[in-house]
Amino acid sequence: MQLINALEVQRRIDQLKDQDIYLHLEMTTGAYASHNDSSKHPAATFISNASIQYSQGSISGVGPFRVGLKMERGWVYSEGLTHYEETEPERLILAGHDSAGKLVVALQLSREPF
Amino acid sequence: MAAEKGEIGMNKRILVVLPHPDDECFGLSGTLAKMIREGAEVTYACLTLGEMARTMGIPPFANRVTLPQVRKLELEASCRIIGIQDLRMLGFHDKTIEFEERELLDGGIGAILEELKPDIVFTFYPGYSVHPDHDATGAAVVRVIGGLPEKDRPIVYCMAFARDHQLAIGMPDTEFDVSDYLKQKIGSIQAHRSQFQVPGLDDKKPSREVRERFGTERFWTYRFE
Repeated sequence: MQLINALEVQRRIDQLKDQDIYLHLEMTTGAYASHNDSSKHPAATFISNASIQYSQGSISGVGPFRVGLKMERGWVYSEGLTHYEETEPERLILAGHDSAGKLVVALQLSREPF
Repeated sequence: MAAEKGEIGMNKRILVVLPHPDDECFGLSGTLAKMIREGAEVTYACLTLGEMARTMGIPPFANRVTLPQVRKLELEASCRIIGIQDLRMLGFHDKTIEFEERELLDGGIGAILEELKPDIVFTFYPGYSVHPDHDATGAAVVRVIGGLPEKDRPIVYCMAFARDHQLAIGMPDTEFDVSDYLKQKIGSIQAHRSQFQVPGLDDKKPSREVRERFGTERFWTYRFE
């Protein structure tokens, strides 16, 4: 994974719009958050291979970045994105890693299921 | 505490049922290495590939898409180092064990039990093992074994580490001195390099701290009644 290049990510978002694609969207504090520190509230959520289509999408901010995808009847939104996978030309793999390198948030788009 | 003496692993058939690659390394790898050295045959049924882990290497070298394959290789390496003869990856999805179809989960574990008829099963203590997948895996194992006639039930040794678990389930009743197997144990921990970086393990000779921290593995025998 590389630090996000917003221009490149925007180009890939545009490439995937107006077609049926698969979405993986995730956010997590880790399963051990409250075991390691009882003041922490453990939370995690993900949806894998949701079928969506968006008519407009963009990446915003100066880093960590936000992404919003406008669908016919709703939105996909993600904040805290720091990294993308530059070696995946067909798919968009975005993630947000915290200062310890652990994944906090992920947004992935692909024409094929993950 | 009844410390096990002698060669408990001799000619034993052992089944390990855990949900994630790396669940074996800190609490169990030394015991398995010891029992294998004593002649045990070990099958490790690992339910998922830990594909939802949030650690991708320190610093990250994997991503959400590549992590399952990375962790599969790490698991295979860990098993090689411990000496585990038979690794089975059951193909369930990380974080979903408690939601999985019960027939599928219990059926998968039941089929392996039926095939191997193990003398000893290692798993997590249901309810006292922190991660929902750990608890659900232990629950499935004791559910399936609890359904067997009493005479056919293997010994079930559980790992537990929830906060204050000893208030509920007491002290562990079985412990194994694995200080002669720290090489395998440290190797197993280090095989899972996407998940752990433990200071002090790289040293040629384990320090006293490492020997004290890792030299004993403790278990609770699950009581079915």
